Formats: sequence, structure tokens, C-alpha cells
Amino acid sequence: MLVIRHFEERLISLHDQGHTRGHYHVYIGQEATGVPAISCLAPGDSLFSTHRNHGHLLARGAEPARLYAEILGRSDGYNRGKGGTLHTAVSALGFHHTSAIVGGIIPLATGVAFAAKARKTGELAVCLFGDGALEEGAAPEALNIASLWKLPVLFLCENNGKYGADRRVAAAQSPNMAAYPLTDLPKAYKIPAVQVDGTDAGEVYSAASDAVEKIRRGQGPQFIETQTVRWPGNEENWPVAPVATRVSLAWDASPVPEKQREWYRSCDPVLIFARELVERGVATKEALVALEDDVLKDIDGAVRFALASPYPEPEEALRDVFAAEGRP
Amino acid sequence: MRELAYYEAKLEALREIIAADDSVHYISDIATGFLGLSPHRVKFAEIARDFPDRVIAPPISELAFCGLAIGAAMKGLRPVVDLITASFALEAWPQIVNEAANAYYMSGGQTRVPVVFHLLHGLRGGGAAQHSHSPQAMLWNCPGLEIVLPSSPRDVKGLLKTAVNSNNPTVFIDHVRLFDCRGDVPENDDAIPFGQADIKRKGSDVTVVATSFMVQRSLDAAERLAREGIQVEVVDPRTLVPLDFETIMASVEKTGRVVVVDECHRSCGVAAELVARIVEAGFDKLKAPIRRVVRLDVPVPYSLPLEEAISPSEECIVDAIHATVR
Repeated sequence: MLVIRHFEERLISLHDQGHTRGHYHVYIGQEATGVPAISCLAPGDSLFSTHRNHGHLLARGAEPARLYAEILGRSDGYNRGKGGTLHTAVSALGFHHTSAIVGGIIPLATGVAFAAKARKTGELAVCLFGDGALEEGAAPEALNIASLWKLPVLFLCENNGKYGADRRVAAAQSPNMAAYPLTDLPKAYKIPAVQVDGTDAGEVYSAASDAVEKIRRGQGPQFIETQTVRWPGNEENWPVAPVATRVSLAWDASPVPEKQREWYRSCDPVLIFARELVERGVATKEALVALEDDVLKDIDGAVRFALASPYPEPEEALRDVFAAEGRP
Repeated sequence: MRELAYYEAKLEALREIIAADDSVHYISDIATGFLGLSPHRVKFAEIARDFPDRVIAPPISELAFCGLAIGAAMKGLRPVVDLITASFALEAWPQIVNEAANAYYMSGGQTRVPVVFHLLHGLRGGGAAQHSHSPQAMLWNCPGLEIVLPSSPRDVKGLLKTAVNSNNPTVFIDHVRLFDCRGDVPENDDAIPFGQADIKRKGSDVTVVATSFMVQRSLDAAERLAREGIQVEVVDPRTLVPLDFETIMASVEKTGRVVVVDECHRSCGVAAELVARIVEAGFDKLKAPIRRVVRLDVPVPYSLPLEEAISPSEECIVDAIHATVR
């Protein structure tokens, strides 16, 4: 979770220094959703993510250096600069295709689950998407098929649509969805669905491991809605970090500007988890600070790698339009 | 040599493909869709009966079942998705055009998508505006898709086999008016590679480049013109992507006169692209302006005389050839 947080905050600096192109989306505030959920998966499982994919990839073990290189359009990027922040795919980790079309991955993940069931591999597909994806027609169409055919797919809806630090506000209905709660939608298609607090890593882990177990037992698709409170840095068109996160904010949020302080105090999943680790005696404050120092050093190294990586040659633009003949 | 009806060759290909490869699933929301609304459609039931686990009938959700097939292909299956009427592909456009076509490229060559989309395009008679699209030109504007347009019994069989074996998303665009045409189909015939145009009729006076059902219509026109002493060469590209432009240009260089016949609308249609390429590569070889015989730029009307009025008819082809060789 610290790797993701510091990766994204450094990305914002890189953008502000002019190293990235176009729009990009950060995963800050959702770390306690992706990390515990993805930790429940097996090596052969497939994952589909969206424009907000950096956290998912890192949670699955992607190298920050090659991910930065991809986002910076460099030749050492996972996709040699042809996917970028919106489309980073790492097939070896099960991320075959990352789509920035809202809702686009819901049928695709269902298809991977179809293949797993047809071949009886025991593998499953996880589809990680935001609440907005449920507004697209692809979502109900694919949920219906997944349920009809009892396909091994976990739909993990990361509902970050809620503004404001007030938990009661966070539970409010999306202005764009007549279905409320959102889990009414999968339930209409007879897909078991639960809502969990997406800032509580333990709660997400319990829900995800339970869902994964049911899917592996052949009980068909499962749906989890994780509710997070939108990070105040996402309230502008472009991410703007109110503060450079340090794990010490878990005990003293005074360095955060007052306007955004409440989010860091009560809604930040990384800081919540840090407090939990200390309160339960799993780690000391000092150990967490030392861990964070290591993470920051790794991020420094990853940034150096990416900035040193050359841009692809222009000919690269003409490669990989079509795959060669022959059975793999 | 054995002669088969087009629909028989097509069914035989699908049966052989499904029997030979358990990674192939046929996915269609209408069980008889493979042969459209033709009277032969009931013959498909035999395949469905023999391979019950491999003939899959999803709900009427083109967007989702095309996406499902694409996802399954990413994981190694080789689905044949039947959209039946080509117009229905528009319901699945985001998945075909924006997911399947881009996946291999965006992933930097990591993720293959060996899926086949089967479509029945064109003026089928009474299809009206919403069931008569010929989307091959729209699809040709989307790099990453292979586009196949068979026109004979032998081609439909050989090209379908190659389509299923391809590691790329392939749009297999067929025409219901071809189903009853007959032709030689050798036993145990090999697959026909993509990117090999076929000279369907040899001639020395004018080159007709035609696709799909327009190949048969052009052959009929050529037969008529032969009686007047005009020798028409009919070149069938068979696949638009990849395109065998060499064979087309070799014919153009021989005759110096070109008519392109295609069922897309005139503007930005397949004929428009072929004409542009021929002019770019061989303007100095042309003895006369190139003519296009295409569908007029209006939505397709229902009533028979209206539909005929906008169609690239045999009469239109004959007139265009006359104008070119004059």
C-alpha cells in the first residue's frame, strides 16, 4: 500500500515536471481495496483493470520501474510505450488487457472466465472497475451472462464516487444510478453481492477471500462493492496532492492543509492500516517509518530507471499491429 | 473434383473446424444464424446437435457476447462469434473496434486475440436500412482487424479455416445471396492463405476488382460482355486486410482500365480506398478514368424498386465497363 501511495505521489510530481503526456488517473485512497483483494488470487488467475490501473498492477507485483517507464512512454515500459498509463498490460501477471473504456472490461473478464470454465483450469477472472462502469450497458449484459452460465469471475466494484470526509455522505446514493445500493444491480441478476468498507483492509480481505473461495467451489460469479471516500486530490481535473504522504501522518495529521485534513485523519486507507498495525502490535511506528524509507528509496530508483530509459524508435509505432501466424 | 453449393461448403468448413479443434466455440444468439434467414438454415441444427457443448447460445447482448469471445480468445480459445446480420455488429462496435482491434498493439505484442466475427452483409432483399449494412469499409478504418470477404464455395471453406487459425481478430463478412451459387470444392482442400487475391476470370481489356457477392455479379456481367468481344478480368482480393495489392496492380498494368465494384456506400467505401491506391501506384498505367460501381449514399430503402435503384446492379457494372473501354 505504501508502494502504491508513493508511486502515485511521485507520478504527480513527474507530471508536474512535464514528463508525462495526457490525462492520467491515480489510485490514492483505494489502496486497501486492491491490495488485500489481489492478495487472495492464485498465479494463473487473470485480472482486468481500467484507466485507474497503477495500483492494481503494483499490488500484483509489477515493477515500479517498468511501470513508470510505460507511463513516461519509454522503450523499457511493459508495452514499449504503446499502452501508457491507460493501457498497461502485463500478461505474465495475468493483466492481459487494460481498457480505458468505461465498462469495457466487464464482458472481457467474463470471457476469460468462460475460457477457464470451458477448459476446467480452476482459474478465475477478476474484474476491477469503478462505480461509473455500472452506468454502461456492457455491465448488465455481462453480469447477466456471467450469472446464467455460472462463470468463475469476481466483479470488484471500487466505488470511489463519494466526495467529502463524512462517512454518512460517503454512503449516499450516486446521482447517476437509479439502482441503490449499487449491489441491487448484480442481485437482480442473482449474483451474490456484498458492500464493504473499502478503507478497511481486513474487511476487504475477508470479503474477497470468501468470494474467491465460493468461485473456486463452482458457485459462479460474486460481486463486491468496496466503498472508499474520494481522495481530495482527485477533486480537480488533474490530480493534485495536498501533502506528501508520510506514514507519520497516521498519528499527526497537522502537516495536511486544514481543508483536506479530515480525509487523511479518518478516510485514508494507508494511514488507517498503519494505525491498525501499531495498535495490534504487529509493527512499531519506527518499523513502519523505516519501511517507508525503503519504499521511498525504491521509488527513487524506479524513477531514475524510467527517466534513463530511451524513447522508442519511431519504427516501433508500426510493430505489433498483427500477431504472426502459427499456434503459440 | 466435387461440386458443392456455397452453403454446403461453408457448413462443411465449420463442422471440420469444430471437430478438429476443441478450442473453437461457435457463439450466436440465434441458433441458425450461420446461414442467416436462408432456407438452408435448418441444416445448421446438425452441427448444434453433434457439438452441444461447443455451440453456445447467449442472450441478445451483442456487446457482451462479443466481449466475452474476445476475453476467451485472450485466454487461448478460438471463438467464432456469429453476429448474423452485419448491422448487428454496430451493437458490439466498442468491443470489436476498441478492444479486440487494439489489444495486441496496446499490450506491446503480449496479448493475442484469435477471435472470428461472422457477419452477413449487404442488400439481401427487404432488409431495409437497419439490416443491410456493409461495414467492411468502416472496419478497414480500424487497424488491427483482418477482413475477409469470400465469394465462392471453395473460398468460403478455405478462408474460414484460415480465419479460425489466425492469431488476430478476424471479421468474416459473408453474403446471404452467395449461398446457392455452386462451384468446385476439392476434397480435403487446404486452407486459403489471407492476402492472396484470386483472378476469378481472365481477360485483357478491363480489370474489374470486385468483392463478395459483387464478384458473382461481375462474372455475370463479364459473360455478357464477352459476347460483345470485351474481355473482362475479374480480380477478387478475398481479404481486404491483408490486401494483395500486387495481383491487383499486375492486372491493372495489363489492361490499363479499371472498374471497382463493391456494395459499400460510395463515400469512403472499399471501392474508394482501392481506387485511391490504384491511382497512387499506377496513374501512368491508366488509359481511362477509373469507374466505381457501388451503393448510392442513402439509407437502404425497403421497397424492391427503391432498393434496386440504389444497388450496384449487373446493369450498372456493364454500363461502367462500357464507359471505361469506350
